[in-house]
Amino acid sequence: MANKNKKVDVDRRRFIVGATSITGAIGVAAMGVPFVSSMLPSEKAKAAGASVEVDISQVKQGSVLTTEWRGQPVWILNRSDKMMQSLESNPKKLADPELKVKSQQPMYCQNKTRSIKPKMLVIVGICTHLGCSPSPRLSPKGDMGDNWEGGFFCPCHGSKFDLAGRVFKGSPAPTNLIVPPHKYLDENVIIIGEDDKDKA
Amino acid sequence: MTKQDDSQNSTGLIGWIDERFPLSSFIKNHLTEYYAPKSFNFWYLFGALALFVFVMQILTGIFLTMHYKPDAAQAFASVEYIMRDVSFGWLIRYMHSTGASLFFVVIYLHMFKSLMYGSYQKPRELLWIFGVAIFLALMAEAFFGYLLPWGQMSYWGAQVIVNLFASIPFIGPDLAEWVRGDYLISDATLNRFFAFHVIALPLALAGLIFTHLIALHEVGSNNPDGIEIKNFKDKKTGIPLDGIPFHPYYTVKDLVGLTIFLIVFAAIIFFAPEMGGYFLEANNFVPANPLVTPSHIAPVWYFTPFYSILRAVPPILNSQFPGVAAMGLSVIIFAFVPWLDKSPVRSIRYKGSLYKKWLAAFVVSFIVLGYLGTVPSTIWGQFSGVLPLLGGSDVATIISRIFTIIYFSFFLLMPIYSKKSITTTVPTRVKM
Repeated sequence: MANKNKKVDVDRRRFIVGATSITGAIGVAAMGVPFVSSMLPSEKAKAAGASVEVDISQVKQGSVLTTEWRGQPVWILNRSDKMMQSLESNPKKLADPELKVKSQQPMYCQNKTRSIKPKMLVIVGICTHLGCSPSPRLSPKGDMGDNWEGGFFCPCHGSKFDLAGRVFKGSPAPTNLIVPPHKYLDENVIIIGEDDKDKA
Repeated sequence: MTKQDDSQNSTGLIGWIDERFPLSSFIKNHLTEYYAPKSFNFWYLFGALALFVFVMQILTGIFLTMHYKPDAAQAFASVEYIMRDVSFGWLIRYMHSTGASLFFVVIYLHMFKSLMYGSYQKPRELLWIFGVAIFLALMAEAFFGYLLPWGQMSYWGAQVIVNLFASIPFIGPDLAEWVRGDYLISDATLNRFFAFHVIALPLALAGLIFTHLIALHEVGSNNPDGIEIKNFKDKKTGIPLDGIPFHPYYTVKDLVGLTIFLIVFAAIIFFAPEMGGYFLEANNFVPANPLVTPSHIAPVWYFTPFYSILRAVPPILNSQFPGVAAMGLSVIIFAFVPWLDKSPVRSIRYKGSLYKKWLAAFVVSFIVLGYLGTVPSTIWGQFSGVLPLLGGSDVATIISRIFTIIYFSFFLLMPIYSKKSITTTVPTRVKM
């Protein structure tokens, strides 16, 4: 078949081999898309990540209610006056008292108490270090030492947070606890996972 | 060329097969006429033992899969069902869980042998790199498998490890979500980890072990003296003078080692399958609860040296990524050892005392970090507030930082001390 008189055009062959390989590689890479996408959260998981309504009328002063949003614990803490005072006392001990890391709370909670209503703290109970759930240690002192004024303590790697979820210096956790998007539907009902940001 | 002559000589069934498939020549090339150095010692048992444990994990795993349910609602109960209701289910599960820990025991000893005798040096760099890849795949395999019983430790261990990925700058959070398939560790995560554990990684491991052995048989085994036995061959036959056929000599020797190994293995299965919480952690007998973290979280013992390094590195610039990067590096760095070692000799026998001291320091740091990874960082209390710099920090954290530095120094300073260490004369032929 090969015509001995005609020389093989090496450049042309190389071009065709290259073009075919590249086209094939693009095809293979494109086939990766459905497989990679199949591992993303499914529609069902996304639906389960929608907002939840919580009745907060039973949360007494000084007590905490644990609820669930996107499968994560969310604490609703009704801070007593004494607890409110503790927020003022030690800005120097905190890693980020001025809330410079803005992603940790929505704009409307960018304030001293990190909440919409000063006393009512709504916060995701997941440590910003590696995702363990800290435990509320609301009362001062006790096994947390004499300097403890109440807050949250993560048992995994010992991160400490104050009663506004702000992280203390020296903790492995790099940032404050996350305040989830939320809003008040009325005096006693909040919705977690939804706010007025889009409408405003 | 003798090989072809031989295959033509064989008759009967073997002859029939040999004309169609290289059976006899394969057995000769890799067993009966594969010449290994005659001076293998105790340390050379662990490669064969690792292969044995791999096969056993595959077999016990297949039988566990017949009863296990990869479903968040049923997983925990199905493991208890295996333990209580399936005939000999407890034995098969304990073989599998103990096998996982002992896999790491033999792999760590196997790696230590290579570090001692310089089995990674030219021309065995690729053999070593395949080995590091096997180690990485094995760690992934163990991690995925640990989620399956769906206990508290499974759940929160997976939560912590997946969150390591979330700390990678820019892509981290999306990557973690992609790995989980959900906003938290959930049924979707369990299901895919099951897929990785029972098919993806065992397949990858089998392939890597195959390439590891191909590379080994291409370059030949090293030996405790680190001498190339191929340099002294019988002039007539071409057989290395210090080599003996792998079969029957080393198959028999490995069988003795295997017997001792199985005695230890059986003793653990029958008398201490949980190994005091080191092989199976107490918290894993509590079903997974996404809302409550157990009061003390620690990975299984074989991950703890690396976990300690993670904990030891403090967050830098509001990011815990440096710790995660250090932990990743502490594993990956093994792959670079062939190029970090500048010593003119292979074996520790002739490398001189400086190298020995560094290797000893590395082993000590590996063990101390391993221990500290299993306990809370508050275990040794805090330094008194009076001390400058250290005041108030956890003693254990500072100790783990010191040993983390030693751990990395072993690798990073190797180009210097391996060159400096005064070597002694290597004999020309292996010593027995």
